[in-house]
This record gives sequence, C-alpha cells and structure tokens, in this order.
Amino acid sequence: MKTDELVNMLASGNVGVEPHVVERRFMIGLGVGSIASVLLMITTLGLRPDLIEAARLPMFWFKCAFAASLAAASLVMVARLSRPGAPLGRAPTALASPLLVVWLLAALTLVIAAPEQRAEMLFGDTWTLCPLLIAMLAMPLLAGALWAVSGLAPTRLRLAGAASGLLAGALATLVYCVHCPEMAAPFIAVWYVAGIALPTVLGALLGPRLLRW
Amino acid sequence: MDNESAHTHEQRLRAALLAGLAGDGAAYHGFLKEMTAHLRAYFRRRLRGLPDEVEDLLQETLLALHNQRHTYDAAQPLTAWVHAIAKYKLIDMLRRRSHREQLHEPLDEHTELFASADLDAAEARRDLAMYLDQLPQQQRLPIIHMKLQGLSVAEAAAATGMSESAIKVGVHRGLKALAALFGGQS
Repeated sequence: MKTDELVNMLASGNVGVEPHVVERRFMIGLGVGSIASVLLMITTLGLRPDLIEAARLPMFWFKCAFAASLAAASLVMVARLSRPGAPLGRAPTALASPLLVVWLLAALTLVIAAPEQRAEMLFGDTWTLCPLLIAMLAMPLLAGALWAVSGLAPTRLRLAGAASGLLAGALATLVYCVHCPEMAAPFIAVWYVAGIALPTVLGALLGPRLLRW
Repeated sequence: MDNESAHTHEQRLRAALLAGLAGDGAAYHGFLKEMTAHLRAYFRRRLRGLPDEVEDLLQETLLALHNQRHTYDAAQPLTAWVHAIAKYKLIDMLRRRSHREQLHEPLDEHTELFASADLDAAEARRDLAMYLDQLPQQQRLPIIHMKLQGLSVAEAAAATGMSESAIKVGVHRGLKALAALFGGQS
C-alpha cells in the first residue's frame, strides 16, 4: 500500500471530531462507575445509621475532603496521561498533598493521644474489612476509568493504569465515607490508603494489557 | 531550519490540524501529507538498520494520529503531541520485533535478506485490501464507501442500506480495528 493512498483515505469523508470528546468520555465512564458503586454500597453495606449526626462532626468532612481532593488530583493526572505528550506539571504534587496531610494529622493524633488509646485509633473496629470494601466499591469505577482512558491515547500504560486505579479508589472512598463508622485520622491514614492502593496496583497490572492502541 | 521558522512551521501545521478537527478535509489532508514527510525522516533517522520497517511504521503512526486526533489539546504544542505518538509507535514496533525475533531467530535472518528488495520507499509491505477483508462487514463497507470511494455519510448509508449513525460508527471502529491489525494485536 502506498502511504499517499492511506493519507487520501484518512483525509476523505468526515474528518471533524466533536469538541470535548475527552471530557465526555470521563463523564460517561466515571458517571456510570459512580452510580454502580453507590448502588453496590447501598445494597451490600448500607448507609451508616448515624449519618445525620456524623455529618455534624469535622472529622466526617475531613474524610470526605481527603477522598475528594485525592480524586480531583488523580483525575487531572489521568486526563494528562491520556493525552500524548501532555506534561504532568504539578499533578503528582497535588496527588501527594492529601496523603501527606492525612499522614501528618494521623501522626499528630497518635502523639497527643494517651498510649492506651492508640491501638483503638489505628485499628478501629473494621480494619480487616475496610480496605477490601473500598477496593470492592472501586471495581465499577476502575472499569469506567479504564474504559474512558482506553478510548484516548496514553503512552505510559502502566502509569495510566495506576492513575486510573487511584482515581477509582479515591472515588470509591468518597462513596464508602457515608457507610464507614471509623472517624480516627490514624485509621484513615492506614486503612483507607490501603483500600485505595489495591485498585491502584490492579490498575497498574491491567494498564499495559487493556490500554494499548 | 532556524528556531523562528520552525516555530511558524509548527503554527501552520497546528492551524491545519485544528481546521481539520473542525471538519476541513482539505486542510487535514495537507496536515497529514506534511506529517508524512516529517515522520518518514524521523523514523529513517532512528531505524537506520531497519529501512524496511520505516514505511510500515509510518503508516501505522499516521493511522494512530488519525484515530487519536481527538486527544490533541489546542493548548498543547503540536510537536509534543506528534512526537509522543511517534515515539510510542516506534517503541511498540521495536518491542514486537524483538519478541518475534526471540521466537524464530534463525529463520528470520534468511527471509529478511530477500524481503529487502528495492520496493518503492513510499510503499509499505502490508496490503490494505487484505486487512480490510478481515474486518466485519459493518466496518468494512463504511470504510470502502466513505474513505475509499469518497461518498458522503448519506450516500454511503443509501449504498449499503445501513443507517447514517451505523456508517459513522463503522468507520470509526473499523479504523481502530485496522490499527490493531497493523500493530499485530488482532
């Protein structure tokens, strides 16, 4: 085949693209993923019974803000990784900041706390389940994020997969916040982060397979 | 080329691509033609030992540029975008090749000796018709009618009895499938 023929072929017919394809793809993938994740949470876990009272406590909103800022930063990261040649800029720093804040707060809380309270703050009542539940809620979101990225053009597949997993994990954490009764910063710093790490690792493993183009 | 003319050159190409993305087929054709020359030179420099791969890789990259054209952000330098795609396709090809060579090394060396005849430099070894035949009908027909015979969406729909949206989807999916076939990941 002559290259000129290929060029003629590609340039003939409708060559225009609709604007905001990238944004729309993320909206669809993450929108469907979020709905599925919320339904999964409601049907299998349920809301925490004291949600109204909990919503008055600053720690509840701190948890939400932690998950939301991580989700926002990883969305920027994923979107940049999905466009060939787009610089990451400050996205990695933005991603690290919420983690550093929560770890710092956890460390402070542990230092101030009475020694006999520390184990309770770290393990709460649900540490064995929490990371697995976050990972479970992240699955539909991971599928949605990978679907969105697979229609774009990531050139660093493993990193793009990991960032998709991180995004899924952060959004799943936001969903999980309305179920989870744990309110101690050390618990969040360890077990929430572990729950987010699981889909991140899964995304890194799947990326090179699913995101090729 | 000095820096300033490289800059205006990039501006012109970028304008042509943006016009193409907005639906201007002629501007888009000009963009792809210039890209062809730049990319061929780029790949030739990097594949001195593998001159036969240049045209194949070039076509693969042009198809990728086309299929992924929606990922170009107008705020981004065009060179960065094209370079990232070209590099991705180059590395992908080298990886596939080394994988293939590990599988059947001795045989390849002989056949390659004969495969490197003096083909026209602008002609790749792959045959578009053969690849098109591998596509399902609902992708093949829209590509043949719209992309090869130059019919409009409405005409292609009338000729095939498919709906207009099926024609558009067929072209889009068909070119993606073609890219996958080009890359040997069918």
